[in-house]
Amino acid sequence: MTLKQLSIFLENRGGTLVRVLDLLSQAGIQIIASSVADTQDYGIYRVLCDDPQKAYDILRESAINVQLSDVIAISIDDTPGSAARAVKALSDAGVGIRYLYSFLWKGRGVLAFRADSGDRACEVISTAGITCLTSF
Amino acid sequence: MENEGIKRDYGCEYFNPEVETLSRGEIEALQLKRLRETVQHCMNSAFYRSRFEEAGLTPDDIRTLDDLRKIPFTTKQDLRDTYPFGTASVPLEKCVRLHSSSGTTGNPTVILHTDRDLDEWANQVARNLWMVGLRPTDVFQNSSGYGMFTGGLGFQYGAEKLGMLTVPAAAGNSLRQIKFIKDFGTTAVHAVPSYLTRLKEVMDQEGVDPRRDTKLRIFAIGAEPHSEEQRRRIEEMFGVKAYNSFGMSEMCGPGVGFECKEQNGLHFWEDYYIVEIVDPETLEPVPDGEIGELVLTTLRREAMPLLRYRTRDLTRVLGRSCPCGRNHVRIDRMRGRSDDMMVLKGVNIFPIQIEKILMQFPELASNYLITLTTDNNGDNMTVEVELEELFTDDYVGLQNLAKSVQRALKDEILLTPYVKLVAKGSLPQSEGKAVRVVDKRSVYK
Repeated sequence: MTLKQLSIFLENRGGTLVRVLDLLSQAGIQIIASSVADTQDYGIYRVLCDDPQKAYDILRESAINVQLSDVIAISIDDTPGSAARAVKALSDAGVGIRYLYSFLWKGRGVLAFRADSGDRACEVISTAGITCLTSF
Repeated sequence: MENEGIKRDYGCEYFNPEVETLSRGEIEALQLKRLRETVQHCMNSAFYRSRFEEAGLTPDDIRTLDDLRKIPFTTKQDLRDTYPFGTASVPLEKCVRLHSSSGTTGNPTVILHTDRDLDEWANQVARNLWMVGLRPTDVFQNSSGYGMFTGGLGFQYGAEKLGMLTVPAAAGNSLRQIKFIKDFGTTAVHAVPSYLTRLKEVMDQEGVDPRRDTKLRIFAIGAEPHSEEQRRRIEEMFGVKAYNSFGMSEMCGPGVGFECKEQNGLHFWEDYYIVEIVDPETLEPVPDGEIGELVLTTLRREAMPLLRYRTRDLTRVLGRSCPCGRNHVRIDRMRGRSDDMMVLKGVNIFPIQIEKILMQFPELASNYLITLTTDNNGDNMTVEVELEELFTDDYVGLQNLAKSVQRALKDEILLTPYVKLVAKGSLPQSEGKAVRVVDKRSVYK
């Protein structure tokens, strides 16, 4: 019930993001969602895309520090309060969230996140009857 | 340590008037006499005996000062190879003190002292401090690290011999330093220059004006490279005269060379040392005024005399006379190193030490870059290192790695560098020998 996510190490200096985006674009990769947090020296650029394995291979060939990891992406109604309900279910069950980003996909909201315990998070989601995205 | 200064004429500019004012001819005659004694004495050391045999030399071959050049150089590596006591020229029972280098690459270098060595060492320091105007009426605060670092005990004994009230304040704890300076009426401080800048910052924070609230008038600074501009800045900040000091544990410690009131080069005491400046590649002497590697021969050391010791410090001869009346050679401030050793806050560090630690982390690639900078708090080291694999998708994981690397480096080099993780391939790759160190400190401008 997870999605493959690219995590890319980006130094905080000019041109590093452009380089990654150029490589992905040349390979015809479609980015669905992405996020980068502000940090002092470097950041981690997280990407959900249509072909994560291909994107990973391309970036590795170009000697970019990249990791392919599993992330949980839950589908919620695009209405006020939906995110709150989903996160509350996790919070009530004592599941912590390390990072989270959200986007719209085919008219629905998506919360992509990393939980401190992935297994426990999946359990909670199943029990609560929340839908997960497993592909685009 | 006997207070010798109290017996002397405070109006006299010299602590050892006879030797300090020797003419060049007299200096050289004394040097030849002492060189021959030293070479003879070196034959008590297994190391020098075999060195002389290999070179087909006997002590009798040294008849003039120029004959010194027949003697092979001694290197830091020789001291490591004979660790700990292999170069000693006296039995251990005659030794009363041991100092050791701060470096932790391979064997450290061990330096032994007899009681006479300690007395002669203290005499050199006392001579230096008297030369810049300190007298038994002064209060001397030694804000230098004690322990194995010779800047602590070296200045302590010298200042006591001069007869000053000497405060072994040691390094750090700025608030306490300032309290001592005010309460004890400290007139002179010995410290590394970067620390004095830090001390002034704390004084500012505490509302202490050194001109108004203290009796400070003289600083002895050394043990880390600094520029003329840095010295002038320190002098202006405090309203104090700052004198450059040179020493190295292999020779004894501080005391080897010191600026006089002219502040135009450091007088190296030629009754204690023979100074050579050689081309670090050809090892041939360079003319006065040209930069080369400083090579020193001890003339009075008993426990561990060293012949033609390659210091790896780059400098030049400025002159052999001085308006102060001393004809002991004047040597320029150190201009760099002929090896890759870095000196930070008085600690000697080789890039290989850093490399060794970095290689212990499988997450890191082999490419790294050390950058040295100066800010108001003194010298800083930044270590940039490339990531081999992105092993986490989590910022905290990267921060933890950087912290672990920083801790491991601190255990090795005794200083805390700033560790910056960088992307693979982002550091400059050079052909052949990689550039591992960029020194942006003002002294190397």
